Amino acid sequence: MRKLSIALTLAAAAFAAPGQAALKVFACEPEWGVLATALGGDAVEVYAATTALQDVHRIQARPSLIAKYRQADLLVCTGADLEIGWLPALAEKGNNPKLLPGAPGYFEAARHVTMLEVPASVDRALGDVHPQGNPHIQTSARNIAAVAAPLAERLAQLDPPHAADYRARHRDFAARWAEAMLRWEERAQPLRGVPVVSNHKSWAYLYDWLGLREIATLEPKPGIPPSAAHLEAVLTGLGAQPARMVVYAAYQDRRPAEWLAGRAGIPAVELPYSVGGVPGTDDLFALFDATVDRLLAALGGKAG
Amino acid sequence: MQNHSIRALGLSLALVAPLAAQAQAQAAKGEPTFNPRISLILNGTYADYGRAGEAEVPGFILGPETELRPEGLSLGESELAIESNVDQSFHGWATIALENEDGETVVAVEEAYLNTLALPAGLALKFGRFFSDIGYQNRQHNHAWEFADAALPYRVLLANHLADDGVQLRWVAPADLLVEVGAEVLRGSAFPGGGEDRGGSKGQTVFVHVGGDAGSGGAWRLGAWHYNADAKGRETGEDAIVAFTGDSKVSGVDAVFKWAPEGNPAQTNLVLQAEYMLREEDGDVTDETAAATSGYDGRQTGFYVQGIYQFMPRWRVGLRYDRLHADNDVTAPAAGTALADLAEDGTDPERWSAMADFSNSEFSRLRLQVNRDESRADGKPDDQVLVQYIFSLGSHPAHQF
Repeated sequence: MRKLSIALTLAAAAFAAPGQAALKVFACEPEWGVLATALGGDAVEVYAATTALQDVHRIQARPSLIAKYRQADLLVCTGADLEIGWLPALAEKGNNPKLLPGAPGYFEAARHVTMLEVPASVDRALGDVHPQGNPHIQTSARNIAAVAAPLAERLAQLDPPHAADYRARHRDFAARWAEAMLRWEERAQPLRGVPVVSNHKSWAYLYDWLGLREIATLEPKPGIPPSAAHLEAVLTGLGAQPARMVVYAAYQDRRPAEWLAGRAGIPAVELPYSVGGVPGTDDLFALFDATVDRLLAALGGKAG
Repeated sequence: MQNHSIRALGLSLALVAPLAAQAQAQAAKGEPTFNPRISLILNGTYADYGRAGEAEVPGFILGPETELRPEGLSLGESELAIESNVDQSFHGWATIALENEDGETVVAVEEAYLNTLALPAGLALKFGRFFSDIGYQNRQHNHAWEFADAALPYRVLLANHLADDGVQLRWVAPADLLVEVGAEVLRGSAFPGGGEDRGGSKGQTVFVHVGGDAGSGGAWRLGAWHYNADAKGRETGEDAIVAFTGDSKVSGVDAVFKWAPEGNPAQTNLVLQAEYMLREEDGDVTDETAAATSGYDGRQTGFYVQGIYQFMPRWRVGLRYDRLHADNDVTAPAAGTALADLAEDGTDPERWSAMADFSNSEFSRLRLQVNRDESRADGKPDDQVLVQYIFSLGSHPAHQF
């Protein structure tokens, strides 16, 4: 009898274990994945659907993403139509009502920040313009702070037994983040007003935060790859209005940036764009350390 | 397919236009936009064939709309797609195709379905008219094909697509490896089924898909499926009307592998896909023009293998090989009738295709394709050249993997 009850207890434990497993988080982008880990600790199990080396506009709803989507309790995405090319396809195939828009398991980071570059009209002739504004919000440390608070609350709402833990972790994170932001802003003082050329319009929030000025982009229109003719035009434009550096993201083709940088005699700087974009950027603090370091190095004349 | 007058299109466009304007107005305010998502796919071809005449395939009765693209310049199918969440529980999709048939524009409802969003336990139900989830390419609309024409097994064994009216139940397992199982109960009006007496369900499918990642940049999916259809007086053909009554069973396996460095397809990427099908038909065929009937027991197979490689942003090249084999028993086929063509299964139709395409953006594509087609009755090659454009206007819904 006693053996049986032990066996039953063990069996019950074995079956109960998956039920008590951590809250499963499906992060569309790696920055939200590491943020969820920072706020959730052991109480969450995070899967990042994309890496900083991928163009998040162009992801396919591949089988492994469908399998992960199916099992998640919380979806954390940028939103603002950044994932428009693949998230609806995942929702149709992934059969998970917990993650539908409007459900508690659906968290859109862009809802919690002030959007920049919201277009007055949407026309494909203008390129791949997002009607709700520039979706690359994670490039500003301010936005990370703005998203962290509601994300911690959402975790607390979905997993009440750990609510106090999520809030405590958020208090700790927010304090460390505020301190780090002061440090980054202090160090980035020399970047104020510096004119730069970008590959894609990826950096609106970074520039807005640190005061850089974008005077041209290598893409003739957002999402349209740089053409030789457009690069020549940008180069000509730099004669009248010089830039100090060419900025591109780790996932983007480096050749157009290097071509222009070589011709204009200015450095091309590769920024990580998200965690893992360049070596040593495994968390959000390291991401912004590397971003500021590389911009300053380029300003000092060294190629990033 | 039900055909309606061209006025139906005018009406649907008139209904759609204010919605699109409203979406833009909402966009300007930064509010959630594009509900419903509407897009119009325009495509056209220039075709040049080395040989004239109907492209019959020996050993097979071809289904509807399987003829070659018209020679010279022609507008292909224009597709109007509308997609939206209906409410928190349902999502809807409709594709209206405008086709040119013998100089007349016809409107066809290609797909019109609703699918559930809120069923528990990984289940989803789909109902209406839809492209079946059998195979890999079956689900893709023509504009998403990697070549300008359908692979031979699709063209000949399924009349390009298995699309029918019915209900689908699909389940995704709670595992890190994708395991998807589904079944469809269909009207049975789609080739190789079809004909009279469509009461109950005259077509059923089952399918299973397994898939996952391979390394940091690879993704794969394997599938297996079966389609069981009942035909009663299924009429096909233009010059000679051929009717089939009996059972048609099609089984298939499919494999696709996609790769891009670090999973980032923007610069370079590779897509390899292959499918194999086996069709078994048992019943009677009648050449109605010649008023001749024969017993028919057919066992036919087909496969295609293709690879597409994007070697630099916007530019891709592709190669495809497809082949068919028929082993038909036709009792005493009357000479000179379609029954004699069906009995003529001595040569295996085959074809090589090569293509190159350029995409200015993800919404536009221009393609050049050449085929060496040896699928005619005499086995002699036909060198074909196809130039195709595909443009997507509006907010096109995401394509599946």
